[in-house]
Amino acid sequence: MSKHHVTATINGDPVEYLCTTEQTLLDVLRDDLQLTGSKEGCASGDCGACSVTIDGRLVCACLVLGVEAGGCEIGTIEGVADGDSLHPLQQQFLQEAALQCGICTPGFIVAAKSLLERNPNPTETEMRYWLAGNLCRCTGYDKIITAVSNAAAELRGE
Amino acid sequence: MGKEEQFKTATQSAQSSGYKVVGTRPIRPDGIEKVTGRANFGSDYNLPGMLVGRIVRSPHAHARIVSVNTDKAMALKGVKAVVTSADFPEIGPKARGAGEAPISFRDLSRNVMAREKALYDGHAVAAVAATTTAIAEQAAGLVEIEYEVLPHVLDARESMKPDAPLLHDDMFTKGLDPKPETASNINQRFEFGIGDIAAGFAAADVIVEYDFTTQCVHQGYIEPHACVANTTEDGMSTVWASSQGQFMVRNYSATVCGMDISKVRVLPAEIGGGFGGKTTVYLEPVAIILSKKAGKPVKIVMNREDVFRATGPTSGGHAYAKIGAKKDGTITAGELTMEYEAGAFPGSPVQFGCMTGYAPYDIENVKTVGFDVVVNRPKVAAYRAPGAPVAAFAVESALDELAKKLVMDPIALREKNAATEGTQSAYGPKFQRIGYLETLHAAKNHPHYSAPLGPNQGRGVASGFWFNIGGESSAAMHINEDGTVEVVTANPDIGGSRASMAIMAAEVLGIDVSRVKPLIADTASSAYSMLTGGSRVTFAVGKAVCEAADDVIVQLRQRAAKVWDVDIDAVEWTDGAAINTKSDANDSLTLAAIANTAGKTGGPISGKANINATGAGPGFGTHICDIEVDPETGRTTVVRYTAIQDVGTAIHPSYVEGQLQGGAVQGIGWALNEEYIYDDKGCLQNGGFLDYRVPVASDLPMIDTVLVEVPNPGHRFGVRGVGEVPIVPPLAAVANAVAAAANVRMTDLPISPPKLLAAIDGSK
Repeated sequence: MSKHHVTATINGDPVEYLCTTEQTLLDVLRDDLQLTGSKEGCASGDCGACSVTIDGRLVCACLVLGVEAGGCEIGTIEGVADGDSLHPLQQQFLQEAALQCGICTPGFIVAAKSLLERNPNPTETEMRYWLAGNLCRCTGYDKIITAVSNAAAELRGE
Repeated sequence: MGKEEQFKTATQSAQSSGYKVVGTRPIRPDGIEKVTGRANFGSDYNLPGMLVGRIVRSPHAHARIVSVNTDKAMALKGVKAVVTSADFPEIGPKARGAGEAPISFRDLSRNVMAREKALYDGHAVAAVAATTTAIAEQAAGLVEIEYEVLPHVLDARESMKPDAPLLHDDMFTKGLDPKPETASNINQRFEFGIGDIAAGFAAADVIVEYDFTTQCVHQGYIEPHACVANTTEDGMSTVWASSQGQFMVRNYSATVCGMDISKVRVLPAEIGGGFGGKTTVYLEPVAIILSKKAGKPVKIVMNREDVFRATGPTSGGHAYAKIGAKKDGTITAGELTMEYEAGAFPGSPVQFGCMTGYAPYDIENVKTVGFDVVVNRPKVAAYRAPGAPVAAFAVESALDELAKKLVMDPIALREKNAATEGTQSAYGPKFQRIGYLETLHAAKNHPHYSAPLGPNQGRGVASGFWFNIGGESSAAMHINEDGTVEVVTANPDIGGSRASMAIMAAEVLGIDVSRVKPLIADTASSAYSMLTGGSRVTFAVGKAVCEAADDVIVQLRQRAAKVWDVDIDAVEWTDGAAINTKSDANDSLTLAAIANTAGKTGGPISGKANINATGAGPGFGTHICDIEVDPETGRTTVVRYTAIQDVGTAIHPSYVEGQLQGGAVQGIGWALNEEYIYDDKGCLQNGGFLDYRVPVASDLPMIDTVLVEVPNPGHRFGVRGVGEVPIVPPLAAVANAVAAAANVRMTDLPISPPKLLAAIDGSK
């Protein structure tokens, strides 16, 4: 089976990869590009552990084909921190103990970042509905909501 | 001591205890790795030349395996190995593992790879390893398996009937006298009790009795099971696996594969949730044997459907509860009879249900009976306080109705009958210092309990108990040249335990927590430690860490004594430094100073503790839940929730709160949404997160917590296990809130909208 040659931008850097037609973007990221921060929890778009952005749009990488990402700007958890400086969301997740096992955390941070880029001052209900596509089985979401809320305030300069 | 006096002394919490580090909230040591995506979980490991493994699973709930032909699969280009049960040694019935719940290795082996029969939809029957995922999947489809489909049974009570399809023809019910002569699906009958319930019910003014049904629910960890195994020509196998215990994986895998334990080395991956579900093996022995046959490393990762179909849910089942009380609320008798579905092999947690149901109460006459029943479902695994939530659902729901009949506040009824220090429990021990009553007082005084309710809203209260355990635990502590400290333990960090280990080490050593680096070692680099489970790690492994620090402190004092040329008794350890009590100037040497010159005073400094920790303190919790019911649709919304628990001493309060919040939400899911749904052929119909619906962020309010701190006398900092108690009260707290909101007693979980709507319509 011949593979497709794809060029894309990931976290600001140009990337080339070869993928088969049926390979998902998540498979490409994890298996071929060794970007294992995006996690596979379900492979059916139900858990959000593989949340990434494509041209600014929040998607589940397991529901996108590798070939579909051609020419796109892809954002993953590996691009959220700036060098050794954590994003306010990452800092708040740590500060508020918003993770226990940590498997869902990359997806939550990518999804929450996407929310705050659209809506810098979300209500609790808006946060809960935006993040309803990200499953966490450890925390009951309480501390995640607090962390996102705090990060939003920090990003607004409050 | 009277109950009120106990309450007054209880709140001497960590804040007033004088601890410097215990009770603070430092950022967890593994935090940055986990918020940046760097942490390596089970499926994040890759080796050069690695093959992809796939499991071939039974599509039948119950079938005899007539033949397995692997020729076509093996012939496919890129396929490097195919295995069936013939590649695993036959294990005799007497081989049993030690640990929290002794398991039969014969059953484990047959669960890992079916032998004579497939016993549930999804049971592993063969496995393949190939160069790519696509080839492995194709090869899995080429394994030819001939089945003789047999009748199946899914429900405990159905399975107990004499004419039910028999899963194991060599299973004779244990715990019966005389021993039965015919095989059945009932593995064992358990009974616990105290006093005489007939006399107790005769003395009662009011009696309530209800029969409850609950469904099989899954732990629902977000990370599917995953491992990599590399078996080499020297007969050694190295395994990278996500689990709740690397030593468990080593022992179970070596035994199932017929290898010496020393031939298997297990490196613990970060674990993406377990909740008890990763206390056994499914993939590791298969990966080891595939790798051995192929001569290459093999990685196997489950997909979500595999996780639901073939890994540890916890038991569904039935529970009958009957409670009698005097007019003043004194409970005179409690009865509980339960049948739990174990899945395809024996080992439901029904005995823990029997032991925990009435444990929060001081009752003179109690009888609890449990039946462990096999059915054609996946073999259950531990799930957070295994067995207790269903028992508490029955007892705490019945208590709610009892309170109504007595026209008594439900918290007051519980306070009147609460177990306290010295209470003889019906399941065995006499309680030492416990904090149940304190949780009830805290609930009654919490603003939530007296807050006004809106239309169609109701408030429910329920309590819960869990034993908590200790067990074999190890810790090593190495002092670095600059006085920083490595703390080496061997228990996977499932929810912040590295932070707790670092805090306790820092507290004992008297140094800043940032100077302590916790590490979780592999099986070749650490002494044995029991798995992460039973709410034992912060208590038991923490105890080992404290004792390893004691060991280090003795050595540090010796080194200082040598420098000062005084007797060790003249050297005290205070605030991270040795003090020479014989010198007028109070000479002191810091940990860093002693470490820096260790070469001149005797060489490296390193401590250890290998213990079997005893003295685990039981935990009690009380939850308050407000539910709004839409009477038109039967939809429920949790509008407010407060979880209150005696946590002993909270080492890192944020992660203790997190345990309460997460456990409560899993319990809410169990109560309202979650269930395994099978078709008439016994095949799972909802093996995915879309149809098996765990709570999502938009389903929930904030979960308020109250940490009641009644220190456990069995631990120097007063630690009690906290992780399991919080899933015990919610099932009944939710059901009691629904009863208050809609005036219907729901005895059948989950309380899904159609079920609740039918009950509301039926009550009109």
